[in-house]
Amino acid sequence: MLYNEPSPLEVKVVTKRFGMPNSHSLDAYLATDGFKAFFKAMQMTPEQIVEEVKISALRGRGGAGFPAGMKWSFVPRTSPKPKYVIINADESEPGTCKDRLLMENDPHQLIEGILIAGRAVDAHKGYIYIRGEYRYLIEHMDRAIAEAYGRGYLGKNIQGTGFDFDLYTHSGAGAYECGEETALLDSIEGKRGIPRMKPPFPAVVGAWQSPTLLNNVETLSAVPAIIRDGGAAFAALGTPKNGGTRMICLSGHINKPGVYELPVGFNLLRMIHEVGGGMRNGKKLKAVVPGGSSCPILKAEECDIPMDFDTLAKIKSMLGSGGTVILDEDTCMVRFALRIMKFYAHESCGWCIPCREGTTWLKRMLERFHSGMGQKSDIPMIGELSKNMLGRTFCALGDAAAMPTISIVEKFPEDFEAHLNGQPCPYAHAAEPVFA
Amino acid sequence: MTFSPELEARFAKLLESYPPGRTRSAVVPMLLYAQDEVGHISNELIEEVARLCKVTPLQVDEVVGYYSMLHRKPLGKYHVQVCTNISCLLRGGEELYEHASKQLGIANKQVTADGQFSLEEVECIGACSWAPAVQINYDFHHLVTPEKLDALVAELRKAQ
Amino acid sequence: MADLINLTIDGKPVQAAPGTLVINAAKQVGIEIPSFCYYDGLTLQAACRMCLVEVEKTPKLQVGCTLPVAEGMVVHTDSPLVHQSRKGMVEFLLTNHPLDCPVCDKGGECELQDMTFRYGMGESRFLEQKMHVDEQQWSPVVFYDKPRCILCYRCVRICDEGMGVNALGVVNRGAVSEIAPNHFDHLECDECGMCIDICPVGALTSGAYRYKTRPWEMKHVGTICTHCADGCKTTLGVRNNEIIRGNNRDRSGINGEFLCVKGRYAFDFVHSAERLQAPLLRKNGKLEPVSWAEALATVAKKFQQAQASGGKFAVIGSNHTSNEENYYLQSFAREVLGTNNIDHHRTGDVPALLDALSGKTDALATSADLYERKAILVIASDLAQQHPFLSFQIRANYRHHGAHIYTVTPGPVREQKYAVRSIMTIPGRELADVELLREQLKAEPELVIVFGDAIKGDAVHKLVAFGASLGIPVRYVCLVDYSNSRGASDMGLAPNHGPGYQAVAEPGLAYDEILAATDLDVLWVVGANPLKHLDLASSRAFVVVNDMFLTETAQRADVVFPAASAYEKSGTVTNVCGEVQRLKAGLQVMGAKPDLEIIGLIAKEMGQDIGIWSPDKVLEEIRTNVRGYNIPLPVIATGGAAQTTPVNGHVPLSARPELIQSARDSLFTSGSLGRYSKMLNSVLEGPGGLYSEERP
Repeated sequence: MLYNEPSPLEVKVVTKRFGMPNSHSLDAYLATDGFKAFFKAMQMTPEQIVEEVKISALRGRGGAGFPAGMKWSFVPRTSPKPKYVIINADESEPGTCKDRLLMENDPHQLIEGILIAGRAVDAHKGYIYIRGEYRYLIEHMDRAIAEAYGRGYLGKNIQGTGFDFDLYTHSGAGAYECGEETALLDSIEGKRGIPRMKPPFPAVVGAWQSPTLLNNVETLSAVPAIIRDGGAAFAALGTPKNGGTRMICLSGHINKPGVYELPVGFNLLRMIHEVGGGMRNGKKLKAVVPGGSSCPILKAEECDIPMDFDTLAKIKSMLGSGGTVILDEDTCMVRFALRIMKFYAHESCGWCIPCREGTTWLKRMLERFHSGMGQKSDIPMIGELSKNMLGRTFCALGDAAAMPTISIVEKFPEDFEAHLNGQPCPYAHAAEPVFA
Repeated sequence: MTFSPELEARFAKLLESYPPGRTRSAVVPMLLYAQDEVGHISNELIEEVARLCKVTPLQVDEVVGYYSMLHRKPLGKYHVQVCTNISCLLRGGEELYEHASKQLGIANKQVTADGQFSLEEVECIGACSWAPAVQINYDFHHLVTPEKLDALVAELRKAQ
Repeated sequence: MADLINLTIDGKPVQAAPGTLVINAAKQVGIEIPSFCYYDGLTLQAACRMCLVEVEKTPKLQVGCTLPVAEGMVVHTDSPLVHQSRKGMVEFLLTNHPLDCPVCDKGGECELQDMTFRYGMGESRFLEQKMHVDEQQWSPVVFYDKPRCILCYRCVRICDEGMGVNALGVVNRGAVSEIAPNHFDHLECDECGMCIDICPVGALTSGAYRYKTRPWEMKHVGTICTHCADGCKTTLGVRNNEIIRGNNRDRSGINGEFLCVKGRYAFDFVHSAERLQAPLLRKNGKLEPVSWAEALATVAKKFQQAQASGGKFAVIGSNHTSNEENYYLQSFAREVLGTNNIDHHRTGDVPALLDALSGKTDALATSADLYERKAILVIASDLAQQHPFLSFQIRANYRHHGAHIYTVTPGPVREQKYAVRSIMTIPGRELADVELLREQLKAEPELVIVFGDAIKGDAVHKLVAFGASLGIPVRYVCLVDYSNSRGASDMGLAPNHGPGYQAVAEPGLAYDEILAATDLDVLWVVGANPLKHLDLASSRAFVVVNDMFLTETAQRADVVFPAASAYEKSGTVTNVCGEVQRLKAGLQVMGAKPDLEIIGLIAKEMGQDIGIWSPDKVLEEIRTNVRGYNIPLPVIATGGAAQTTPVNGHVPLSARPELIQSARDSLFTSGSLGRYSKMLNSVLEGPGGLYSEERP
């Protein structure tokens, strides 16, 4: 089981079983409050369940941060069509590795969350869409699902409650775009993962033309605790409108990278220094990617902030997916921008013109620039081309490529200037790699 | 085209898991599982998956090219995938990739002459807090150094 | 009608029906919002982002082609921000575009050129190397040049949605995405070329047209396709008396932009090396080229001699010649030669349908009805193979209006994919199986019944009685095979009726009887090839043939007149639905003459007056004399179609339904004509139709 040494500053709700012997087994789960929330939910009306989730102020943990209770309430539970719960385990946002841990260490918590969601929206079938790179988790989840079926926690008349639910795994095969929920729907229908036009929203017309609730793994993993201990208790852990805890995936130039569960609104600098053990090799902080590569980057001086949705929105960034990447003073921001753009060019689905052509153009331009062949006019053009994508693409991938790029050019012009006139990259990365 | 009984059983189960008439949904996982067994995706496999999922071969072909883990050409027995995305980049992922390329004597998406190894520079594989990370086939290797990678490769070479 | 929605576009007040897209609402007031991927009648893509507009009170630019109008909406399509956005899109599009306009077939009629002209930058800022992919040939007619492709998905959609073929898809991802054919490296499809014509750039090009000309060097002549009976308008691109392409990009005519492989490519028979370009006269047993004067004199003399000696004449007319020619030919036969021994190859029982519909009005369906009526029943025909335009109409009806389609066929047909109910019948049981649909059809608000040659004679009456018993409005299409099969019947190329189905006092010999008569003295065959399948029993018969080619029949002839094709003459033709449309001469082929002129010259040579051989003059006669053909001239003069009802009353004919037989052409054959089209023969890979068969 993959997990890291916990920090004493963590508030463990969804990760509380991490590190327990056999934490992935149903026995271990049942021994630690497992399925209590399910039984409680069976005593509640679907409306009460949705209300409890609303009270918890739980917001989507996939990146967009949409209030979960509200999303649940959009599913027309009285529709005569079958309804589905689809679990987005296509965790692909660079810097993010938490859903993997949740499935690996505590699969039954996720299953319980799915059952409660199913009960709330009158769905009786669920599909966990697991990214292809997490191929080993297909077998792992299949074993957990089989165990749950074997012990009557899935299937017909679960634990005598009269509630039926079937759960399946579904494998992706390498496509970041499928993390976008409507692209995921096309993918699960056996097509290219191209996002759909909205409206209609998936809650009304989702998988196989039916109402569909789509939630991230971490979002649903938080549901058992919310139902068990009450939405208010969960909400109290975070800041107003930003309920509960979040799994923060700390990576980059710090001493103790790892996945830590912290209350929403935890201070970013404290995260780096107190949770993450400070900057590696005593270097100075240069920048932080707050929540995955799509987020506008923060300069060191912008980092003394509580990490919640609203604060980050205020400083024109995003809380994102919890992938917090720490960059030290030796980081070449041109190289960093290039690597981000290379990713989006690779992952652009190609559907719309600005994203397809814009990401590729920017990638090649940054490659040239980083190799010393840049010219001064390239610098404003990087920002301008990014802005020609921003807000104009079919889905948010174009924005995701444009936003960090615009922020890097604006916040670190000196790094770009330093690459001009055929100068070799002033940073030492190429000469002296520093390994883990 | 024939597959192992285990894979046939898996396909049958897969096709049953979707709502009635929605066999097309099985296309992506079926291709991936089939590739696991037969190594790469041939025209013949595309036609077979199309038959099983009741779609046209073109509809399968469209999917194959879209997903980066589906390969039209055979890979090495051990497919070494080095992540160089941001978290790994900051921890030497690119240098690790270049090292692997030199050691194996192959470039991106190439296969060694003996067919044992292939190399790919991949996007974020979800091991950011344990960077740099490498996946060999589906196995994760965390906090990889060039020395550690060399040892891994040597071990796999010996295991043949 | 629902209340209209009020909005403002560029300061102009606009009223639009609820659900109208902003791009179309703008069009109403003459404002064009540019787009590549938006295409009338096809599904929405929102992919090209050219149509982004500013909408007040929304933070981002909005997609004009997917945004429905809303009350009080204020739209700006001409603001600096919108212009800047369009400029950016064009710049993105051109990054990997080869800019090889000087040699591109599309140059001059390319939407990307036009957009660049209007919205593009003055200079290129793209300093990187362009990505290159080699051109691919997917079939004899379809080539794909990936670097020119802008991925608007029009081709994919027209093939899937429009044609129901689904032969094109998208492979790969991101900037290397490209269009791909259905068999990995090649196409197996209808070869209709719709994908090529709908392509806004030069990514898909035609094997028949590529690198032959610049578009502005051609004159564009809108005429009617001469192959099947559907009567599609095709615009011929003609340069120096050579047809270089056929298309219908102006979407005029009943078919809009639709054309099948024949309409788009099978014009090349016109330029076949085997075209006859001088009259032939049999001398010492061999056909030899002679002057028109000699050939005409020989024929006139022979006709007069036979007349004088009370000889037996017979005339076989054509399914391809114009109404004027057919009318003129039957006048000649009846008035000059004094015979009712005249017929043509009948491919559908039109007289029986007209007889059965006696007293009913509005019972003949137009081609537009197939797109508009709520329910369609197809009996015993593989429309996609034999009537590709009717098939296209029905598909579009299903997609746009959710029409209920029913099929009763002895095998799988494309319409089944959209059908609410399909019945597999066996030949001869069609009517009994139609009966199984009774309850469902009764519940429909209206119905169009389309039937093939399996329903003829008495069966037509039974079918019409069945239709009448449903208690709903029913319209009919009696399928016939060729471009003027319907006109041949309407104009009286028949032994038992004259123009407008007026019964003749003494019926003459029918098609098979003519060929079987051992005492025939003169046989004149105009634009037909009866001897391909049947023998001529009379060995003494003097045979005169008008044709473009030395067909089996022409080889037996004593005199052969080189005839002009439909693309070389003026006149009118009547399609399968009884719609009259105008032929417009696009070119001249040296040596050949229109049949109308040949008939007139023979009459003149004989000293007979059957009126002058001007198409307009003959049409005037038809309009006066043939019921239902009093069509408004402006309609057809402007390229429209005028439906006819040649009779409404009992048609007292002693019918011989066994004579009626479809030629069973497929999408890739066209009777004798098809043999001389290289293009048609090069694409014979397509799947055969249910009813098509290779004749020995």
